[in-house]
Amino acid sequence: MTVDSLHHTVAPADAGPADPALVQLLTPEGQRREHPNFPLLLDDAAIRDLYRDLVLLRRFDTEATALQRQGELGIWAQVLGQEAAQIGSARALRPTDMAFPTYREHGVAWCRGVPPEKILELFRGINFGGWNPLEFRLAPYTIVIGAHTLHAVGYAMALQREPHNDDAVIVYFGDGAASEGDVNEAFVFAASYNAPVVFFLQNNQWAISVPESRQSRIPLYQRAKGFGFPGVRVDGNDVLACLAVTDAALQHVRSGQGPFLIEAFTYRMGAHTTSDDPTRYRLADELEKWKLRDPIERVKAYLSRSGLADAEFFASVDVEAEALADRIRSACVSMPDPDPLAMFDHVYADGSPMLDAERRSYAEYLASFGEA
Amino acid sequence: MATLALARALNLGLRRALESDPRVVIMGEDVGKLGGVFRVTDGLQRDFGEDRVMDTPLAESGIVGTAIGMALRGLRPICEIQFDGFVFPAYDQIVNQLAKLHYRSRGTLTVPLVIRIPFGGGIGAVEHHSESPEALFAHIPGLKVVACGNAADAYTMIQQAVACDDPVIFFEPKRRYWERAEVDTDAPLDQAFPLTAARVVREGRDVTLLAYGPSVKLALDAAAAAAEEGREIEVIDVRSLSPLDFHTISSSVSRTGRCVVVHEAPVFLGFGAELAARITESCFYRLEAPVLRVGGFSIPYPPSRLEEHYLPDVDKILDAVDRTFSY
Ligand SMILES: Cc1ncc(C[n+]2csc(CCOP(=O)(O)OP(=O)(O)O)c2C)c(N)n1
Repeated sequence: MTVDSLHHTVAPADAGPADPALVQLLTPEGQRREHPNFPLLLDDAAIRDLYRDLVLLRRFDTEATALQRQGELGIWAQVLGQEAAQIGSARALRPTDMAFPTYREHGVAWCRGVPPEKILELFRGINFGGWNPLEFRLAPYTIVIGAHTLHAVGYAMALQREPHNDDAVIVYFGDGAASEGDVNEAFVFAASYNAPVVFFLQNNQWAISVPESRQSRIPLYQRAKGFGFPGVRVDGNDVLACLAVTDAALQHVRSGQGPFLIEAFTYRMGAHTTSDDPTRYRLADELEKWKLRDPIERVKAYLSRSGLADAEFFASVDVEAEALADRIRSACVSMPDPDPLAMFDHVYADGSPMLDAERRSYAEYLASFGEA
Repeated sequence: MATLALARALNLGLRRALESDPRVVIMGEDVGKLGGVFRVTDGLQRDFGEDRVMDTPLAESGIVGTAIGMALRGLRPICEIQFDGFVFPAYDQIVNQLAKLHYRSRGTLTVPLVIRIPFGGGIGAVEHHSESPEALFAHIPGLKVVACGNAADAYTMIQQAVACDDPVIFFEPKRRYWERAEVDTDAPLDQAFPLTAARVVREGRDVTLLAYGPSVKLALDAAAAAAEEGREIEVIDVRSLSPLDFHTISSSVSRTGRCVVVHEAPVFLGFGAELAARITESCFYRLEAPVLRVGGFSIPYPPSRLEEHYLPDVDKILDAVDRTFSY
């Protein structure tokens, strides 16, 4: 066996956005396209709202990155570049649907109505996510790659047993996650039980430093076929297409036809997290190429070219974005550190005498410093 | 002699292992071009190629499971698990397969495989990045479980682990990755201090402090502080949790009559519980006080803004030392 033979089997996984299978309703230049299977059912105001979502999300993300740089957050996982995939898909949900995120789904959280400050609490190290998952129908962020895909399937299996309930579940994960056993088991269970779950795979091309080609020899959406359910690749930088495809997928799963895989073809324009240095493993050219496919610019181009929004509208969104940035900055820097004794709370639903004793003894220990 | 950060010492140790044995391969997430998230494998793929230093798909069970197969065919894989909390998808492979193959095959098969795991907290990380799961591995017969506490040990212990014919779970104290120490990179490996031996890192006659990994430095700091008050603490770096060099420990405790164990993992059923039980069993008549333990509470690792309350520190250690004198 030659050394080369170890590697030649890993073929480039796809032709990228040139792929004819890619669903696109808005080109990078801002031209509308129609797709026979995925009609866009939005009025002009709704498209303006999507633009607003995208801009506010990006501003939030930029501010959070700055807050991390200034030491106010321990780490930040940027969503930069993936705004359309998240806003488009999450805006297709109804309030009673359930979403299961990774650690990067700030756009999904935004659409679910979670105040951005609550997300910062996690990255500041105050708690593990300050929102109520049941209120917002957004599960806690999951950092262990792929684990939550099974939870999503199980949640969907539980929904199935509720008569007259056609709520659906959506679960977000990445191209790297697609290699985990849990994700593949989630596919098997979802197919086996015909569970009402949409698998929303954001293929941002990179799992930290590892390119998608290491994870898959075929375009990831095609994996669905092997598991026995439909898979579609959508332009993940096209908010209209992401919304239309997710809408169709949700209808599919609501109507009892079983799971659906969406691969949103996108790009992680930032670092993996603020701890990462992408210059070590990818070329700047690649980023430049993807900047031309920016998810926000194309909506702006479309809105202004087709006369659906004027300069005043764009300016007002920018003003709103700055106000949002100010708000979350001051909220973040003024967050008090949690009470140390709070770390003993909520380990068990009905308490533990052993833990109570530990709490008491640590309280005494802390008090001994006060007296000294 | 060179002054090296612990991560750099590991890097040099791995380089030596790759150089001296063509069967050695490194595999894991982001170990290639990136050099690992802590840069422990920095430059190794560049110098040894993609067949020796392999970026794997993102699947820990896959990493360890395939490494077992590679080892069965004569390779000596070194798997990197990116963070302590992410070893669990591989736990089945480690517990049911890796640990037992030699036994099940009545000694016919050996699985010389090293699993490197950065462990412990103190770096302000998000969830699952600060765990101390060592007891979950030390509890499994068939695995060797070691932890390095300084750069010099890191350099030799990683090479010894690779040379060992048993599977080795190799814990690296991530909060100490950047701490520097003198490392003798020319010392021959076959004359090095044995991988599975505990080491007295500071002598003292009043009380024995047992620590490993990130807690060794704390124990030494505590001993230095106690010395100023005239109390002489002996510090032992346990280094090998399994097999355990109990002789070094019991000889010390028999002399001092007092013992405190320090680790970051929860005290409840933590490694200190085994140490305390064994010491009680074998040194009962020499003990002046019960063996005390300083470690994590019985709670999940807390959010980072609270981790200083959760982690052992010099004050908590000295407090426990004081308590051993109050019996
Ligand atoms: C089980 C597990 N293994 C490893 C990690 C460390 N890790 C965090 S993110 C990441 C890459 C994830 O890539 P992908 O699934 O493509 O999602 P992306 O971060 O690109 O959004 C890795 C390896 C983890 N969090 N969980």
